[in-house]
Amino acid sequence: MSEVGLKEIEKKASGESVPSKAGFLRRIPWSSIGMPAVLVILCVSFGTINPNFWSVMNVTNVSRQISILALISIGQTFAILSAGIDLSVGSLLALVSVVCAQQMLNFGLWGGIAAGILVGAFAGLINGLLIAKAKLPAFIATLAMLITARGVALTLSGGLPIVGLPHEFLFLGGGKIGPIPVPAVIAAVALFIAHLILKRTRFGRYVYAMGSNEEAAMLSGINVVRNKIMVYVVSGTCAGIAGVVLTSRVISGQPTLGEVQELYAIAAVVIGGGKITGGVGGIWQTLMGVIILGVLANGLNLIEVSSYVQNIVIGVIIIFAVYIDLARERRR
Amino acid sequence: MSLEEVRPFVEMRRIVKHFPGVLALKGVDLDVRPAEVHVLLGENGAGKSTLIKVLSGVYPADSGEICFEGKPVHIRSPHDSQKLGVSTIYQEFNLVPEMSVAENIFLGREPLLNRQLGILDRKGLLVQAREVLSKFDIHVPPETVVKRLGVAEQQMVEIAKALSLNAKVIVMDEPTAVLTSREIDHLFKMIQDFKQRGISIVYISHRLEEVKRIGDRATVLRDGNVVGTVQVANTPIDELIRMMVGRDLKDKFPKSRVEPGEEILRVENLRRKGVLHGVSFHLRRGEILGVAGLVGSKRTEMARAIFGADKFDSGEITVRGKRAEIKSPSQAIRAGVALVPEDRKRHGILPSMSVKHNVTLSMLKRFARVGFLNLAKEKEAAQGHADSLRIATPNLDRWVMFLSGGNQQKAVIAKWLGTEADIFLFDEPTRGIDVGAKVEVYQLMGELVKRGAAILMISSELPEILGMSDRVIVMHEGRIAGEFTREEATQEKILGCALGGTSAQQIDLGVKA
Repeated sequence: MSEVGLKEIEKKASGESVPSKAGFLRRIPWSSIGMPAVLVILCVSFGTINPNFWSVMNVTNVSRQISILALISIGQTFAILSAGIDLSVGSLLALVSVVCAQQMLNFGLWGGIAAGILVGAFAGLINGLLIAKAKLPAFIATLAMLITARGVALTLSGGLPIVGLPHEFLFLGGGKIGPIPVPAVIAAVALFIAHLILKRTRFGRYVYAMGSNEEAAMLSGINVVRNKIMVYVVSGTCAGIAGVVLTSRVISGQPTLGEVQELYAIAAVVIGGGKITGGVGGIWQTLMGVIILGVLANGLNLIEVSSYVQNIVIGVIIIFAVYIDLARERRR
Repeated sequence: MSLEEVRPFVEMRRIVKHFPGVLALKGVDLDVRPAEVHVLLGENGAGKSTLIKVLSGVYPADSGEICFEGKPVHIRSPHDSQKLGVSTIYQEFNLVPEMSVAENIFLGREPLLNRQLGILDRKGLLVQAREVLSKFDIHVPPETVVKRLGVAEQQMVEIAKALSLNAKVIVMDEPTAVLTSREIDHLFKMIQDFKQRGISIVYISHRLEEVKRIGDRATVLRDGNVVGTVQVANTPIDELIRMMVGRDLKDKFPKSRVEPGEEILRVENLRRKGVLHGVSFHLRRGEILGVAGLVGSKRTEMARAIFGADKFDSGEITVRGKRAEIKSPSQAIRAGVALVPEDRKRHGILPSMSVKHNVTLSMLKRFARVGFLNLAKEKEAAQGHADSLRIATPNLDRWVMFLSGGNQQKAVIAKWLGTEADIFLFDEPTRGIDVGAKVEVYQLMGELVKRGAAILMISSELPEILGMSDRVIVMHEGRIAGEFTREEATQEKILGCALGGTSAQQIDLGVKA
């Protein structure tokens, strides 16, 4: 290493800033404006090619479409921030949907909704116990839950859709409050609450701490077991809410819902700038990831790119987003 | 012997190595002759490990040159240094536990039946492994899976691996730290055998009696400089100790004398199978209790047990006169105990969190109102602690990983200042931080005891132990091997005790021998 390089490192280490052009560029908070910038570019491009992109109907549609992904991505954000992962959320959508529909037929509207959310939370609790208490790797525990939950959903329903849900239930997935679709309102409220939890509560801080350095978090007096369990309960609850909304949208309990949705949720978190090894990210970042995925799917449809090709584009975007993130980190 | 053989096999000249904030090697010379056992001596942090890591290609040197058999070479990776004939056996073995002995010896160089297809020659592997093992009289069956072997046998596998690479220099980092005395005898017999075959050994050890037994020459390092290279046979042990320790440091330690108050912590008969064998001591308000001992004397394990980070089998911990049930760090914190861990990077800092969030992590309860944190109050408190410890950072939102070692350490310490803690367990509080930050840490310790706190300070730096402690306990293999008052304590006594004796006698005997 050259002398100059060393001095720079020492300066940085001692906290002095290095005034230079590169320093100026470095001071731009890329992590907070990078992805919004990408989003603006995407929107402008799609809007230019097909002006319908900006129509009220289309914007409303996009917001409705991304609500479910937004909800399960909230839980995924908690899991990934804590240096874990939740692979089960896709299957949980199906389990929640089946349980919600069946119990709604038994106990009415609110009974069904409560049962759906509770079964999601309960599955999350099991995930949390397996990970925090039994010390199973999060990947394995939630992978097992992914398979099991799908199996339970298919068993309970006999593989068939559950129909005949009360008419007023449709408001949740298909209704509007003013001009805004109800699912979007639910997602927005959930995002806001999740943001508050992460930034303004002890639990939120502990989620970041566990992801940044679990051992140090434990030695700082954080009850890692309890807080980890909470993380997966949050994720399961989000899947519960998402599952209920989705059930309303498809007007039936469906045991086949949500396949590979967990992977899109993970993609949303990392595209936004969340680090898969934990400790870095947040609701705002995840929301960016969710909107980018939603806008891509919608925009590519509008400009008549086949859904086959859309998958290719999304794959490339994931690599690109994470690579940019890594490059930025290396430069620090 | 021909002239060529007398010439050093390896020469390192004016080796300089920086780490951010620390100058680890300040122009070190080392030459290793063929067929000699060359001992590296020095206190922890003197630069021994850095030097061998430069030799074995783990770290590139910033400047200086390395010659093999008189020819300058560039070592850029461990692979380069292996090709030149240097093999290093670290304290942490580099073995794949699930693979067999033979597979480990030839890892990456497996004999092949078919080169194009990469098909392994499983029989040939065993045959070749057996050859290496029997040539050097190593009795380990080559088909055994490594994880089933004991520590000594695993070490033999490492040595066999080095030998199969045709090593001309084998570097051993504290090889006897984990061995029983019979295993040590066996190792030393092997080392004699290597010498006969013309292989040189670079040997790092803290155990001076061993150095006397097998060393030919010794190079003593201190603070990244070479103090001298001596013939072991002509140098008494106390001379070696003086070279290692060397400086008069009492005034580098701003020690404030506080009259010790009532007993605040009592540990009785703390036991954990294979680790702690009945540790008992007490600690009083206003007191700094130094804990000396060699690496591996289980001082860290003791501190972690008291803090509730590790379980223990039996023993009693009494805090402020009341028996304390400490089963987790959060219980310890509630009891007023704080731990500043030894390994800052692994156990201390939360690297991707801001300075502010690191500092306030253990005191968040104070800022919580109906579940929500008062961020303004949090910031104010963090600013206060950062200022009082003079943490050098452009702002409190900077990730702690971008601070220097000393400032990171201050952030770790600051974490406890806002809690109710008055029993501080400092584990190597000044390791890897520069002199200026060290003095600041010492001053802080002084302020803490003046306020009535008590400090248990584990340190491997004897001057620090002597300079800061009111009382010193010495640990050896999970036991308290001795206790000294500030007035009684000397480097010789502590070192003798830490090496396994109970007094300075052993050192005296060593000198006479």
